[in-house]
Formats: sequence, C-alpha cells, structure tokens
Amino acid sequence: MDTTSKLAGGRASARPPRRRNTVKYRQTVTAYTFLLVPLLFFLLVRFIPTFMALRLSLFDWNILREQQPFVGLENYTTLVADEKFLQSLKNTALYTVIGVPLQIILGLGLALMLGRVRAFRGFYRALYFAPYVTPIVAAAWVWQWVFSPQFGPVNTVLDWLHLPPQSFLTSPDQALATTAGLVVWQNLGFQVVLFLAGLAAIPRSYYEAAEIDGATGSQAFWRITLPLLNPTIVFSVVTGTIAYLQLFTQVVNLNFTDQGGPLGSTLTVAVYIYQLAFGRFQMGYASAVTVVLFVIILIITLLQLRFLTRRYDT
Amino acid sequence: MTAASSAPRKRVDMRTLLVYVALTVGVIITLFPFIWMVLTSLKGFQELFNLNFLPSQPTLDNYRQVLTETRFLQWFGNSLLVAGVTTVSVLFFDSLVGYTLAKFDFPGKNIVFVLILSTLMIPTEMLVIPWFVGVSDLGLTKSVPGAYFSIMFPGLISAFGVFLMRQFFDTLPNDLLEAARIDGMHEFGIFWRIAMPLVRPALASLAIFTFLGNWNAFLWPLIVIQQPQFRTLPIGTALFNGEAGTQWGLIMAASSLAVIPVLIVFAIFQRQIIEGVVLTGMKG
Amino acid sequence: MKKFLTLALALTVSASAAPVTLTYWQYDFATKVSTMDALIKKFEAQNPDIKIKQETFPYDAYNQKVASSVPAGQGPDVVNLFYGWLPQYVDSGFLQPLPAKDFSTQQIESNFVPMIKTSKIGGQYYALPTSVRTLAVFYNKDLFKQARIVPPRTWEDFIAAGQKIVKGAPPRFSVLGFGIQPDGQDYHVVREVLVRQFGGSPFSKDGKKVTYDSAAGVQAMTFYTELMTKYKLGVPNFFPGNNSYRDAFIAGKVGMIVDGSFAVGAIQKGAKFNWGVLPLPVLKSNGVRGNFGSYWVNGITKNAKGDKLAASIKFLKFLTSDETQRTWLDSVGEIPASRKLSGTAALRTNPVYGPFVSGLPFASSTLFVDEAGQRKAWVDAINTVLLQGNSPANAVKRAAAEEQKILDGYYK
Repeated sequence: MDTTSKLAGGRASARPPRRRNTVKYRQTVTAYTFLLVPLLFFLLVRFIPTFMALRLSLFDWNILREQQPFVGLENYTTLVADEKFLQSLKNTALYTVIGVPLQIILGLGLALMLGRVRAFRGFYRALYFAPYVTPIVAAAWVWQWVFSPQFGPVNTVLDWLHLPPQSFLTSPDQALATTAGLVVWQNLGFQVVLFLAGLAAIPRSYYEAAEIDGATGSQAFWRITLPLLNPTIVFSVVTGTIAYLQLFTQVVNLNFTDQGGPLGSTLTVAVYIYQLAFGRFQMGYASAVTVVLFVIILIITLLQLRFLTRRYDT
Repeated sequence: MTAASSAPRKRVDMRTLLVYVALTVGVIITLFPFIWMVLTSLKGFQELFNLNFLPSQPTLDNYRQVLTETRFLQWFGNSLLVAGVTTVSVLFFDSLVGYTLAKFDFPGKNIVFVLILSTLMIPTEMLVIPWFVGVSDLGLTKSVPGAYFSIMFPGLISAFGVFLMRQFFDTLPNDLLEAARIDGMHEFGIFWRIAMPLVRPALASLAIFTFLGNWNAFLWPLIVIQQPQFRTLPIGTALFNGEAGTQWGLIMAASSLAVIPVLIVFAIFQRQIIEGVVLTGMKG
Repeated sequence: MKKFLTLALALTVSASAAPVTLTYWQYDFATKVSTMDALIKKFEAQNPDIKIKQETFPYDAYNQKVASSVPAGQGPDVVNLFYGWLPQYVDSGFLQPLPAKDFSTQQIESNFVPMIKTSKIGGQYYALPTSVRTLAVFYNKDLFKQARIVPPRTWEDFIAAGQKIVKGAPPRFSVLGFGIQPDGQDYHVVREVLVRQFGGSPFSKDGKKVTYDSAAGVQAMTFYTELMTKYKLGVPNFFPGNNSYRDAFIAGKVGMIVDGSFAVGAIQKGAKFNWGVLPLPVLKSNGVRGNFGSYWVNGITKNAKGDKLAASIKFLKFLTSDETQRTWLDSVGEIPASRKLSGTAALRTNPVYGPFVSGLPFASSTLFVDEAGQRKAWVDAINTVLLQGNSPANAVKRAAAEEQKILDGYYK
C-alpha cells in the first residue's frame, strides 16, 4: 500500500491531516458503492480473462493442437534468444522515444496556437482533427502513395531540390521512421483536442491576476499554463507511452503482405504477439511475450506517474 | 492564450499573423492525405492508378456502389449503435470512477487506480480468445440483443477514460464540493450536479475519443460477429479487400462516408471544450 | 392397437427426422458467395431434409476467425480451408478424417489432380477441393507490341523481354519489365519451380526435411534475385497496397507478372489493354517444366455428429461432384480439381486458362505445417539479398535453417 501510494504520485502525503473517523468511514462506503459496478466489470471483463491468457505462458499452448503440455518457464528461456523478439523490442522502444515527445510537443504547440486565433478557430480545429478520424485502411494506402519511391510527392519534392530519391517504406533503414510519421500524423488531432480541453480547464482568473502583476506572456506560460496543465500532460505522456508500446494497427496496415515491414524493420512487440497468436497460433509463446511487455509497460507507467505528477495548490 | 494581450497592439497583430501562417501550413500538411482519400473516392476504376491528384472525370460511382450494392447502411447503423451505447456508458461510469478516485479518501484507493490502469497494458489480441470462449459458453451470440451486447461489452467501461476523468476531477477545488456537502446534498448529487458540469471539456473529449475508438474497432468484432446482419463498418469494409484484389475506390468511398458521423460528434462536442473555459473561469 | 402403436412410432420417427441444419463457412468473395447460394438451393431441393446456412468472413482475417472458433467449441459443420492450413487443423482435432466408405483413397487419387496429395495426412484424407490453382505469367500485349517483342518461352527470353520494356532506373521506375514481388507468388516460384528447374528438389519425399540448401537452391535464389539486382527489371512494392504488383499490372505499368489463376477475374475486370497468359518459362527450350499448385478444400469438422455427420458427407460429396466443379468453373472461373474436367480440350486450348491447365500435371504444392511461418522464412531470406546485398548462398542457408526449425517443431 505504501509503495503504491508513493509510486502513484505520493498524493496521500499531500493530503490535509486526517479527518474524523466517521467522515473517513462514510467516504470509504460511498467510494466503494460508486466503484461496485465498475470493479465488477473490470474483474469479469479484464482481470479474469487476463489471468487466463497469461497462465498460458507456462504451457506449450497452440490454438490448433489437442495436447497443451505444461512447460514451466521454457517459453521465457526461448524468448531471451529470440532475435525477432529482441528486434521488435528495440523497434518498439524507438517508436516510443520518437513518437511520444513529438506528438506532445506538436499537439500542445498547435493547441496553444489555436487558442490564440479567433477567426476560423472552429474551422482549424476541425481540420487538425481530420487525420485522427480517417479510417486506417484508407490512411495507410494514402501514406504509401505519399511516400512511394516511384510516384510519391515527397520524392518529387526531393527531386526538385536536387536531393536523391529515398526508398522510405521499402527500405529496412527508413521504414520505421516513415511508419512513425503516420502514427504521429494520425494522433495529432487527438493530442490537439486533449490539450484544448486541458487549457480550457485552467481558470481564466489566473491569467487576469498574472496580467495585473505585469507578467509577460512567456512567464504566464511557464508559471501558469504548464503547471496547471500537468494533469493533462501526465495523462498524455502515460497513455501515449502505453499506446506506442502496444503499437499495432498502423504497422500492420502499412506493410500488409509482409507485416512488420521489410526484414522485420517495423515489427513491434504487439504485432509480433499477433503474428504468434493469430498467424501461427502459438498462444503459449505469445502469452510469454505479453507478460514481458506487460511488466515493461507497468514499470514505465508507475515511474512516469511517480516522477511526472506535480501537486499544486488550488 | 490571453497572456499575449498584455503586449503592445502592433506586435500582437504581427504574431497573430504568424500564428495564422503556421496553422495554415500545418493544416495543408496534415490534411493532404485526408483530401487525397476523398479525391480518390471520386475517381473511377481506371483513374484510380493514374496518380493524378485531381480526378479528371469525377464520379460518384464508388458511392453508388457502396450504398446500393453492399449492406453499407446496415454496417453503418450497427456501428452507430455500438459506438453510441458504449460512449454513453463510458461517459457515465468512467466519470463516476474517475471522480471517486480523485475526490474520495479511502483505503485501497491507489491500488484500485493502478489495477484499473493496468488493464490498458494487455494487448486486446490476448483477450479475444478468453472473451470469445466466455461469450460462447453463455450462448450470447444466439439472440439479437445478445449479439449486439457481445460486440460492445468490452468497451462499456474503459480504463483510459477513468484515468482521463481522474486527472480532470483532480483539478477541481475541494471547497466547492465541501460547500455542497455542508448544504446537505447527497454524494451522488454532488457528483452529478456540481462536479460533472465543471469537467465538460474533459467529458467532451472523452466522448469523441470513445466514439471513435469503438467506431473503428476491428479485431474483437471480427471474432465475435457470426451473422452478416451484425457486421460493423470496419468488418464490412474489410470485405472490399479480397483475395485477388482490393477495391480501393470502394474503400475510399466507404471511409469518406465513415468519417461523417465522427465529424458530427466532434462538431457537437468541440463547442463544449471551449465553453468549459467560461464555466471553470467562474470559480477560482 | 398394435397398428396404432406402429403408426405412433412411425409418426415420432418422422418427427425426429426434422431437417438437419448445417453451417458452412467460407471467405467472402462476391461470386463465390452467390454461386454457393445457388448450389445450396440445388442441394436443398435434392435433399429436403437438410438445410445449409452459409456464413462468410473477410478474406484477410478468415484463418484467424476459423482458428478462434476452435477453442470456443464453435464454428461450422463443413468448412472451407486453404490446403496449407490443414496439418494444423487436423492436429487440433477440428477436422474429421473423410470416412473411407464414402471417399476411398484410391478413388480420390484417380479422380483428382495429383497436387491434392498434400491433403493426405497420416495416410488419410481430411478434405477435398472443388477447384485448384496454378501459376502462370500474365503479360501486357500492348507493351510487348510497342517494344516489338514476342512472348517469352524461356527464362532467358523472359529477361530480354523485361529489359526491353522497363523504363527508368532504381529506385525510380515508371514502367517495370517484371513486377517482382517476393511476398506475392514469387517465393513459390523460387522454392517449387526454380529449385526443380536447376535440378534440385525443395523437400525430402516425406516433406520433413528441406533439401534446397544445395547448389540448385543457390542457383535458383541467384537467378531470381538477379532479376532485380543485375537485370534491373523492377522493384518490389512498385504500387501501394497489398496487391502491389497486380494493381500495377492492371494499371498498365508492368510488362509481366507471375500470378495465380485466381487473379484472372480481377485482371479481366480491371485491365483496359490487351493482355495474355503464358506458361511459366523454362530454362532451356526442352528443360524441366514446373509449377506451384494450391487449392482450397472443404472438410467436415468435429461439430458434425450423428445426423449432421451423415448430412455433411452428402454435402461434401455434392461440393466435390463433377457437376459442382463445372458450375464453379462457369460462375467463379476456377479450374476444376478433377483430372478429367481440367483436361478437356476446351480448357486446354482456352487462351486464358490453357497455360494454367497445362501446368497441372507437374504442379507441386508445398506441404506446409505452418504456412505463415514458412512463408516469412522465405520472404525474409529473399529480402536480405534484394535489400541488404546478402549473398544468395547465405540467403538460402538462412531460409533453410529457419524452415527446418519450423518443420522440426511440428514433427518432433
């Protein structure tokens, strides 16, 4: 309990001194009454199936086989020497390191700019939102055209600039970055909406007070906007990281017949899990990969919550 | 946003102009693929691969085919139902849980939060088999309401939304809720009538994200849907991708049509995101 | 009284013989679904006590859909599967062996084209096809005419023709001589056709050992990869999308592609130029001919028991009958699986189907145990040569090691 509360941002220690027991008791009863249905839901729909799935990691469990022998930790020992898995792990880390900061900086920047303009504000917002709603099958095809080494406008522009044409998605060296580009492009609309909501939640009176105190624009940003936006930023970082660590849809759709890109160059852990589980039906092994991915995500999330969450007084 | 208004008038205009230029350039870049999708949907089969940006002979033939030769409207209706119900459910339950986690002090609170958050960390592909075994054992797919329920149940409450709402409720001042408590308001009333209206921007964005997420869901509907009349839009559109060829014109037309309800949901809720400024600005 | 009892008994018997309903699954393809609907209607008219319910699913996710129904104890009574998936579905106990009294091995092997032997697992047949596929070269007659060349019969002529047609240079082409695509049908050509043409054999007789890690294997890999690296006839993924080479051919921007007979419909519908079909080339004018055969089969699952099993056997007989095969050829355009029907003069001389049918006698199909895994092993190996400059010898070694590992895992 203590470690968890620390990891989750140490909010317990920041609370005012304990109220009277009766108040605390009432709060506890109310809280669990509110939580009853949702917790039951999570138990039945998430925890039990998760447990069932993860247990398979101890078996040589193939969907299409009658015998599912218990193998102990064998799946895990195989994993350590599995080059495909290690490659997917490295790729996933790269996607996360490129994608998460990029989409937050671009998303926040655009949201701040959209906050500045008055004319056509709604119009611009809707336009930035458009990539996010474009169905992935269509988006992936268009992205392949845009970055087509043969006919794509990007190579045409490079040609005008007398730069050598690039191979993009068909090259093992460039496929990952090109794929990350699609993900950031699609997620941008989401980030903009999120940060607009976050900015909207900051009381205007703070800025008015700052103005009276003669603060400059950048001072207001660093002292008011950024600290008060902390819950939104934490949310964006944590959910963004979780999403990138499970990156799947865009990777699969960009190289459909050779999923995971040329020579596995865009392969992510989640795509590898899918290939093992639903391409080759090796559920047991896929489950072991899932356990490793889960542990990685859990540790990163707890660290992020611990170190990024800032309390401020309202 | 308003921070810049303290600067001299002339500089503001210069800066605003720059912002407009930046936004417009950004829009062109981000919108290019989207526009390409719509333009491609207007191209006939022969033109599809001609690589021209603009269709030389725009045609609505793809739309005609999608609307009259496939069960598009049925897929559309199913998706609307599934995404609509899950969104309403998520808005209510996720707010309730997020509020409880942000504003109550009770033992086990952080454990509950981390446990709920941990459900985001297991890829769906590992859960679909246990879900499908469960749904089959319960015989849910046999009746019509059962079939719809089995498509939507995994999305009825989302850890993602719980986290989002917790973050936003966290910023609400406690005194406001205490005041209502002193006035003798019951706890659910405080949540529903005091707290909820104050987090409208977050609710609006959650509505948009949830609707879209369920609108586009693929793997679980694929596994669970047996009869063609329950197919959702992504499953229906996947039929255009055949063994010997993909009907790109139809995919682009269906995708362009699929965007419309999401944009409508966005148009309805985005106003809420901005109005939130006024509401939250009142207290403070 | 006794009469009355007999009558009552007779009534209950006829009541219990209420129609049996079978569920049939196949992937969704417009003409296949409508043809099957018509066939079902015909079958139901012949068998009033049997009802068939057809359910279809998106092609790309069909295997996933069928597989996930297995642990849930759900799914169809009669199912359409790719032959390469059979070993896994047999292993899972999902498929029942075809009863010998209804489908005798001897009869099957004399009636059907030879490639269906890959459906015999542990000495028993588990499923049978209605139709089969082979590979051939589709070529753009207009581009050939412009370049003043004739259709190639040998690989040498194939390369010469490609070189005359290709426009542009790597990495920017505007027209390809050959629409190279390792993850299309090409890897089958290397493994099952070129390896044999260079005098090797891809697998041991029992299919448990890879034997292409040989001089012939290296020659095959060298030959194929040089189409791009040395002769620069084209690049993979020329067009976007998952049917890149075929879409590019349909758009008129590729001289030749290697594709299956299942592509005929899409090309017929899309291509607005003169095109033709050629048998797969040979090394020398009288050299070894080879082809890769594949097919979808219908099998009976463990869900069919008692009355349902009897009904399923009837339905399967109907689906594999000569009459159904003829209907299938006329409405779907797929080559009949029967030796007799695929060997008719009308088919052999047909300008489109002829080259495919002519490949049937020497078409071999790979005995897959893990289709996705074995395919990946080859596609990756070829790509190390095309994209990373690996030597063909090392690439063959890599593919062999990877594929042998998969085979060993299955046969252990």
